[in-house]
Amino acid sequence: MKPPSDLLAAPDTALDDTTSAVENPTVGIDQSAGDFTYDVKYEFDAGSGLNEDVIRYISNVKKEASWILDFRLKAYKTFLEKPMPTHWATKDLENIDFNKIRYYLSQGTKPKRTWDEVPDDIKKTFERLGIPEQERKFLAGVEAQFDSEAAYSNVKDIVAKQGVIFCNSTEALREHPELFKKWFGKVIPTGDNKFSALNSAVFSGGSFIYVPKGVKVAMPLQAYFRINAENFGQFERTLIIADEGAEVTYMEGCTAPKFSTSTLHSAVVELVALKGAKIQYITVQNWANNVFNLVTKRAIAMEDAEVKWIDCNIGSRLTMKYPGVILKGKRARGEVISIALANDGQHQDTGAKMIHAADDTTSVIVAKSISVGQGRSTYRGVVHIPKHLKGCKNNTECDALLINTNSRTDTYPAIVVRGDTHAVQHEASVSKVSEDMIFYMQQRGLTEAQAMSLAVNGFVNDLVRQFPMEYSVELKRLIDLEMEGSVG
Amino acid sequence: MPSLEIRDLFVALAATPDKPIVKGLTLTILTGEVHAIMGPNGTGKSTLSKAIAGHPDYVITSGDVLLDGKSILEMEPDQRARAGIFLAFQYPSEIPGVTIANFVRAAVQARLAEGEDLDATAYYKRLYSKMDLLKIDRKFTSRSVNEGFSGGEKKRCEILQMAMLEPTFALMDETDSGLDIDALRIVAEGVEAMRGDKLGVMLITHYQRLLDYIVPDFVHVMYDGRIVKSGDKTLALELEAKGYDWVKQELAAATTA
Repeated sequence: MKPPSDLLAAPDTALDDTTSAVENPTVGIDQSAGDFTYDVKYEFDAGSGLNEDVIRYISNVKKEASWILDFRLKAYKTFLEKPMPTHWATKDLENIDFNKIRYYLSQGTKPKRTWDEVPDDIKKTFERLGIPEQERKFLAGVEAQFDSEAAYSNVKDIVAKQGVIFCNSTEALREHPELFKKWFGKVIPTGDNKFSALNSAVFSGGSFIYVPKGVKVAMPLQAYFRINAENFGQFERTLIIADEGAEVTYMEGCTAPKFSTSTLHSAVVELVALKGAKIQYITVQNWANNVFNLVTKRAIAMEDAEVKWIDCNIGSRLTMKYPGVILKGKRARGEVISIALANDGQHQDTGAKMIHAADDTTSVIVAKSISVGQGRSTYRGVVHIPKHLKGCKNNTECDALLINTNSRTDTYPAIVVRGDTHAVQHEASVSKVSEDMIFYMQQRGLTEAQAMSLAVNGFVNDLVRQFPMEYSVELKRLIDLEMEGSVG
Repeated sequence: MPSLEIRDLFVALAATPDKPIVKGLTLTILTGEVHAIMGPNGTGKSTLSKAIAGHPDYVITSGDVLLDGKSILEMEPDQRARAGIFLAFQYPSEIPGVTIANFVRAAVQARLAEGEDLDATAYYKRLYSKMDLLKIDRKFTSRSVNEGFSGGEKKRCEILQMAMLEPTFALMDETDSGLDIDALRIVAEGVEAMRGDKLGVMLITHYQRLLDYIVPDFVHVMYDGRIVKSGDKTLALELEAKGYDWVKQELAAATTA
């Protein structure tokens, strides 16, 4: 096992080590699912590296209005001005070579309306991803992103009939500029951080959802994201607006092919829950172990609104993601449920931000992390309750599980509470999978890897139960896969 | 007939291999037999059972353990378990977040051939019938394994697993410790129900009282890492009446003579 410093010095060789950890072919699971590429002809390709011409090219290909181009160019300047946040975050960020990344690729195909119109190789991709047959037919409501454009988009009739708009962000900018512009970049300003600025300059793809007043979307809307070209960064931009009293659940899952050089995923996701609305956003992230996953996710919750982020990070080389909720209206409620698994060569730097900005607002953070071998997990949490507010509540719980003595976990909770009518609780625990526990399970006939996997699944079980069925099954499979490679 | 044969076994803690705890123990158990191993605390009874099961804290410095004539010492703990050796723990581990139903299911699944799927309906039917036998409430199986269990619940959970996994040889380590008399009776009834031609039992106990409910075929007295006296069930009663000092005195007399 290489120490983390080697990983910095020689990312390629270190990555070979880390990917081999999950490629143990012994389990009855198709380990290579997600580890493949198809030869796709890209109609539009912005080449490698970033400059103003690349941004103009992207905007031109997308036939964007001039205000969007201006927005992009301004964001590019901000991106250049912002320093890497290495004064608090990992130095591994310095290994991102922005000049080697391709910022835009498109097949040039328009989103498809029917399954028959979807190209065969893309269908093959869905097959390899293991999307169940039934679900494929039922891909209604599914916005499946294949590289930077949505290759398949078929909003289920029922959803459309309810007046719900569900499309990719490019289409939304064209078709629904008035809705888009009102909230675009408002929850997460361009200059929020270096990577939100980068996304704002080159964003492409991602979903746009608008749920009208009082409409409750019964089925979860889904998106599958994949990266499918070497050195290709994916910069999707998602904006979800739930109007007053509306309810919607959105699910996002990722698998990606493994490449020998680093790739960058840097998304921006903004949620707007207007008065009394409810939004639930679920992510299962399983990027290949060479992907930098640097994502900014934030929601704004108005009066009596509820936003819940369920965020699960298993893959990637480095993930930095702290879903947040700005509790802007009275009695608004925000919740972040976070699971992170860091295996050898991985760093999961995750957490949550809860910004209380109205009376009687409530926030809940439950974060569980698992560090295996040399894997490292970090929890960062911000809870902010200013003095002039009354009756705010926060409950934060961080639990870390360590497997093997070399793994590392850090917790950085920043809780600022002023005033004397608030209730705040913070609990943190670190536990280990003991030798006795593993022996006990082995004595019942489970192999060491099965025992580890069961222990880890047990650790996250109370959170996984909150996932929709198919996601909890997928999650369990992913954990099995990770643990299988970590024993021996 | 299946046999578990312990031959001149020496066991030490892996950390201190030159200080044996079990010192030259020999014993053969056949299916259909119940052997009680009695002895004072600290005499190596628990060490013996953990070493047979393959606990990594212990090292076998000499001697052998054979299952049906084949040494098991090179086998991993899970291989020994699947070969038919079950250890009912004195202090079973807690597994937070894993329900009894799922845990036992994983253990049953682990015994199936590769590619063979567990029949969930049949599994639950069998699980519930075993639970009825052990007078265990149905709600029990949705609790996390041993987490927050009373002493009695932990032992009942062990016996339930044993009933489900149907071992050839069961090593029961102080199964009576921490049990009140009602729990003891239920656990003993469970073991009695499993008793038969297909199961050999090594019953480790400090007290005679468990043997009122599970009547052993053989009783062995263990002292200072060895079996120093063997007999039938009457030996247990004699021990109860005279105490372990009687064995020690006899032993001292024998060595000085």
